[in-house]
Amino acid sequence: MKKIYFDHAATTPVDKRVFEKMVPYFTEIFGNANSQHAFGREAVSAVDEARDTIAKLINCKPSELYFTSGGTESDNWALRGVANAYKNKGNHIIISPIEHAAMLVTAKALEKQGFKVDYMKVDEYGFVDLEHLKSIMTDKTILVGCMLANNEVGTIEPIAEIAKIAHEYGALCFTDAVQAAGVLKIDVKELGVDLMSMSSHKIYGPKGVGALYIRNGVKVDSIITGGHQERTKRGGTTNVAGVVGFGEAFKIAVSEIDKNFEYVSGLRDHFIERVLKEVPYVKLNGPRENRLPANADFSFKYIEGESILFSLDLAGISVSSGSACSSGSLEPSHVLLALGVPEGLAHGSIRFSFGKHNTIEEVDYAVDVLRDSVKRLREMSPLFKIQGDIKNV
Amino acid sequence: MYNEKVMDAFKNPKNVGEIENADGVGLVGNESCGDIMQIFLKIENDIIIDAKFKTFGCAAAIATSSTATEMVKGMTVKEALELTNKKVVETLGGLPAQKIHCSVLAEEAIKKAIEDYQSKKA
Ligand SMILES: Cc1ncc(COP(=O)(O)O)c(C=O)c1O
Ligand SMILES: [Zn+2]
Repeated sequence: MKKIYFDHAATTPVDKRVFEKMVPYFTEIFGNANSQHAFGREAVSAVDEARDTIAKLINCKPSELYFTSGGTESDNWALRGVANAYKNKGNHIIISPIEHAAMLVTAKALEKQGFKVDYMKVDEYGFVDLEHLKSIMTDKTILVGCMLANNEVGTIEPIAEIAKIAHEYGALCFTDAVQAAGVLKIDVKELGVDLMSMSSHKIYGPKGVGALYIRNGVKVDSIITGGHQERTKRGGTTNVAGVVGFGEAFKIAVSEIDKNFEYVSGLRDHFIERVLKEVPYVKLNGPRENRLPANADFSFKYIEGESILFSLDLAGISVSSGSACSSGSLEPSHVLLALGVPEGLAHGSIRFSFGKHNTIEEVDYAVDVLRDSVKRLREMSPLFKIQGDIKNV
Repeated sequence: MYNEKVMDAFKNPKNVGEIENADGVGLVGNESCGDIMQIFLKIENDIIIDAKFKTFGCAAAIATSSTATEMVKGMTVKEALELTNKKVVETLGGLPAQKIHCSVLAEEAIKKAIEDYQSKKA
């Protein structure tokens, strides 16, 4: 059976060009970037080259970019690092309710340490309510954190405006650009953010490597303490091959940004159109405009997400369910709940995220399988009969 | 995460549907917790002669519905009341730990259907 991958928001395959570029850094140019000899110098120059490449493409100085082990570490570092460095100034942090777990769980941990965390409101499409944000800013607010684009429903947030509000109140602004960097054009100066997270594996780069942009002048305590790597801010022997791969992946992503956006969003739009036409009782989550090109997140009434996921899986199609019964907690996706999707409907949600290697034939096949699977599961569902004729969603 | 038996029961579940004029019907779970199960029983001379189900839920919930309805067919009411989710899970060759709660629904739905039968009879 042919395997079809529609889960690019979870991770992407490494681009062959990226892989080729990484290969020598495992066996030949294997030096420790911290060593002073020739092997070390070779490694360090490869790391510097990647740093220069990425810095230039997001419009910051290389000295403002720090390599990490990925988006999760960057999010942790930004949140914990700013909280600790500015705790004498204030103890108030504001984030959005639709952040990745890397942010939400970290914010909860900071609350235990005495920080006060508030959540900005989002509307039914996931857009932050700027007026509400203004109303909860205080002179104790040290950080406002919001993702640039949401990983489930794809909403692209008005970060420049959020940053402006944060700065008016003397707070810093952080954005998690893990889903956006390399997919949307990003200029940290235009956004006006003080810190920004990125990750390599969402843009056809290797897993386990990412970066945090920290604007010059912003204080951030270290969370990974150790050696003098990353200008003494982040200890640990640099993942040279990973960093080289990240740099190359980012370079390729940015150089092909328009082409990929057009192609992937074309697949996605075709998919959305067919699903809305051919599958009854379905709700598209997130906005139609200002949305990441790859994501299509649907709630299917009367059926549960995991059973849809495995029905597709049996036909070779890999997708993601924000549903919950799988995670052991009985909570459905926190993102959908924040958007006001009712619990029952949120349980029946599936995220399709397309990529540059997908084809229109794969998309059409998936719609056919999806339509049949949904029909079969609804025939099995007691809710379809009990509530079925009540109303369309 | 699921073994082959579970996936097979999910893929080709037995006893899907409703029984008209069922002698006992049990509906358990709710939409907000993600699994709802409805079991229909046909009972004659205290023996379950037919069982069908409708389930809103994950693959584990659907697989356990299928297996539990298979298991109770031919049982006396008393035997069916003693059917535990543990036995259903065993018959399926095991479920991932975080999915055990889904199998409890099958046991509860059967108990509820039998209660319904007994209250109608009384
Ligand atoms: C928005 C967002 N932030 C953070 C992360 C975590 O990134 P990583 O997998 O590199 O740790 C992800 C991906 O899972 C994400 O989608
Ligand atoms: Zn379940």
